[in-house]
Amino acid sequence: MPTMTMLQALNSALADKLADDPDVLIFGQDVGYFGGVFRVTDGLQSRFGLERCFDAPISEGGIIAAAIGMGAYGLRPVPEIQFADYILPAFDQLVSEAARLRYRSAGEFWAPLTVRSPYGGGIFGGQTHSQSPEAIFAHITGLKTVIPSTPYDAKGLLISAIEDDDPVIFLEPKRLYNGPFDGRHDRPVPTWQGNPAAEVPEGLYRIPLGTAACVREGEAATILAYGTMVHVALAAIEESGIDAELVDLRSIVPLDIDTIVASVKKTGRCVILHEASRFGGFGGELSALVQERCFYHLEAPIERVCGWDTPYPHAFEWDYFPGPDRLIKALRRVTGTD
Amino acid sequence: MSILSNSEALRLHIPTPVARPGEIPSFSHLRFSEAGEITKPSIDAEEPGLRHLPYGLIRIMDDQNAAVGPWNPHLDNETLIAGLTAMMRTRAFDDRLFRAHRQGKTSFYMKCTGEEAIAVAQSMVLGADDMCFPTYRMLGWLMARRYPLDKLVNQIFSNAADPLRGRQLPILYSARDYGFYSLSGNVGSRFGHAVGWAMASAYRRGKAIALGMIGEGTTAEGDFHEALTFAAVYRAPVILCVTNNQWAISSFSGIAGAETTTFAAKALAYGIPGLRVDGNDFLAVWAATAWAAERARHNCGPTLIELFTYRTEGHSTSDDPTRYRPVEEASLWPLGDPVDRLTQHLYATGAWDTEKHRTLSEAIDIEVRAAIKAGEAVGTLGTSKPPVSEMFEGVFKEPDWRVIEQRRELGV
Repeated sequence: MPTMTMLQALNSALADKLADDPDVLIFGQDVGYFGGVFRVTDGLQSRFGLERCFDAPISEGGIIAAAIGMGAYGLRPVPEIQFADYILPAFDQLVSEAARLRYRSAGEFWAPLTVRSPYGGGIFGGQTHSQSPEAIFAHITGLKTVIPSTPYDAKGLLISAIEDDDPVIFLEPKRLYNGPFDGRHDRPVPTWQGNPAAEVPEGLYRIPLGTAACVREGEAATILAYGTMVHVALAAIEESGIDAELVDLRSIVPLDIDTIVASVKKTGRCVILHEASRFGGFGGELSALVQERCFYHLEAPIERVCGWDTPYPHAFEWDYFPGPDRLIKALRRVTGTD
Repeated sequence: MSILSNSEALRLHIPTPVARPGEIPSFSHLRFSEAGEITKPSIDAEEPGLRHLPYGLIRIMDDQNAAVGPWNPHLDNETLIAGLTAMMRTRAFDDRLFRAHRQGKTSFYMKCTGEEAIAVAQSMVLGADDMCFPTYRMLGWLMARRYPLDKLVNQIFSNAADPLRGRQLPILYSARDYGFYSLSGNVGSRFGHAVGWAMASAYRRGKAIALGMIGEGTTAEGDFHEALTFAAVYRAPVILCVTNNQWAISSFSGIAGAETTTFAAKALAYGIPGLRVDGNDFLAVWAATAWAAERARHNCGPTLIELFTYRTEGHSTSDDPTRYRPVEEASLWPLGDPVDRLTQHLYATGAWDTEKHRTLSEAIDIEVRAAIKAGEAVGTLGTSKPPVSEMFEGVFKEPDWRVIEQRRELGV
C-alpha cells in the first residue's frame, strides 16, 4: 500500500471523487493551474479539465454563495478557502444560507457543499494564518465540521464529506500536511513515511462522519483531541508514561458522543485538548457533555488544555501553542500524580 | 499659499430626500427617456457599444397608452390579459392578507403593491426550468404560474397545512416546482446563489438560466458586488436585477448611492450590459427580461437590469411610511401604476373593456376570499400549527443525536 502525506491523501481523495462523480467540481483561490498554495489540488486541473478545478476571485463570500447555488442546482461543489482565517467574509453565507436552506425550504433545496480550509498553527503564520475557528461552526445548527489527523483519515473523511448531502466544513490541520507534528518544535520534524496511518489506499473508501477513533487505549485518563493535537497527545503520553486513553474526535459535528462517554466512564478522568483559544471554545461544550453524562464516574475535575485567550501571536508561537508539556502537567493533575 | 491647500473646512455629505412628511413631494429631479426612445441592440452586441443604456430608461407604453418603439414585444391579447390577471390577483391577495394581519391571523406580511409588473412579466418570460432567486416582493411570479392560493395562505397563517412546516416567517416562500428559490429574511444573500446556479447549468451543458433579484438598498452589500464579479468573470447565464423602488424601509435611494449614478450603471465596471427599465411598464419589463434571457441562453453572459419603480406601501406590516415620507408621494409617482397602465393599454387597443375588467376583478376577489376561507378552516396563527416534531426535522438530512434527544426531551 502506498504511503502518502496528508497533502497527497487529500489530493487523492479529490482526484478519486472527480473521477467518480461528474457533479463534483473544485474552485477557490489559486487552486487551478497552480494547484493551491499548499498544493492540495496539484495536477487536478490538468488531469480533469478547466471546468472541474478552477481559480476563483478573492471573494470568500462570493465563492461560498456560488457553491451554494451550484449545490441547490444539484452539483457537489468542493470550494477551498485558502486559510480558515479568511473564511469570515463567507460567514453569512455559511450560517444564514448553507446551514439553513434545507430547514427553511422544508427540504425543497439543500446545499451539499464541502468547504475545505487549512487551519491551525505551528507554521509561524501569525494571527492571520494560524487560527482554529471550529467552535464557531460547531455552534451553527445545520453545519457539519470535520477535522482529520492522519492521511488515511483525511482521505476517507473527505470522501464522506463530499458525498454528504449537508454542508460540511472540512478543516485541514496544515501543520500535519507533511508530517505528524507533535508540538516538539525544537526537535527534527517527523515525516509521514513509515507511519501506519499514512498507508492510504488508491481508490474510494469512506470513514463515516461522526465516528471518533480510539487512537490509544488506556486506563489512567481520557484525552479528547482532534487535528494536530492528536499527535501532541501521543507525544505527551509517551514522554510522561501516563497510561492515558486518546480519543480522536475526527468530526466535532456530528459528534461521536457514545465513544466519548464510554471512554470517560472507563477512566474517570478527562483532559480536553485543542489549539483554539479556551474561552467559548469547543472544549467548553465537550466539558459540559462529559459532566452531564459522566458526572458520577468522574474522579477529578475536567481539564482543558487550549490556546490562550489572546489573538494567535507571532513571536510567541510556542508560548501560545498547547504542546506536550502543558498536556503532561494537566494529565498529572487529573491523575493526582503532580 | 498653495492652491492645493484647503480653502475651507471639509464637509461631510449626508444625503436627504427631496421631501419629508408635511413637505411637498417632487420627482422633478428624475430624468426619463420618452417611450420608444431607447434603441434596442442585438443580443450579441459588444459591451462598449451599450454603455449609454444604464442612463436611459426603456419605456414602451406612451402617454396615449400605445406600445411604441423597438423594444415593443408585440404580445398577443391573450398573453397581456394573462399578465393583467396575475397582477390583479397579486394586488387583491396582498390587500386581503394585509388585512388578515391586522385581524391577528398572522404575525407578518409584506405587500408588493406598485411592483406587480416586474414579477409577473419575468415569470411569464422565463421558462419552467429556469430558476428565480426572488426578493420578498415577487409574489407575482407565483401568481403568474398559478401557485395554489390556499397554499400561500397556509404558509402565511403558519397553520397545520403550511408547506414550510411552520419553520419560516410568513411570505418567505419556497416553491421549487414553480422555479422559485427559497426566500430568506437576510436581504441580498441569495444574489450569488443565482450566479452559482447559472454556472452549474452551464457546467452541466443545460438550458436553464437563473434570475437573481435584489433591492436598490441592498446593492450596498458585498453580496451584490461579489455576485456581479462572479457573473462577469464566468459569463454565467444569469439575469441580475435591481428592483429600485426608491425606499429601503425609511432610507431613500440616495443612501444607496442614487444621487450620483444609476443602479444599472453599476454594470459598467463589471463589463456587462446594464439596462434601466420602467418597472411599472409591463411591456418594458417583459422586453428587457426577454433580451437578457436570450443573451444568457446564447452564452453571451449576464445582464444587469435596474427596474425603476416605486414602493407604494410600507416596507411591511411593521412599518409606517407616513413617519418618513409624504403621504401623497405614492400617488404622484410619475410612472404611474403598473396595473392601471396595462389596463389602459388594453382599453386603448380595444382588447379589454370596463365590463370585462369588473368581471375579472370580481372573480379574483371570490378566488382570494375562498383561499383565505380555506386557510382559516385549517387555522390561523396560534390556532393551528404543524406537529411540533416538525421543529426538529430538516436540520440535517438525517437527524443527529442532539436533535433526537431534544425531541424526546420535549416529548414530541
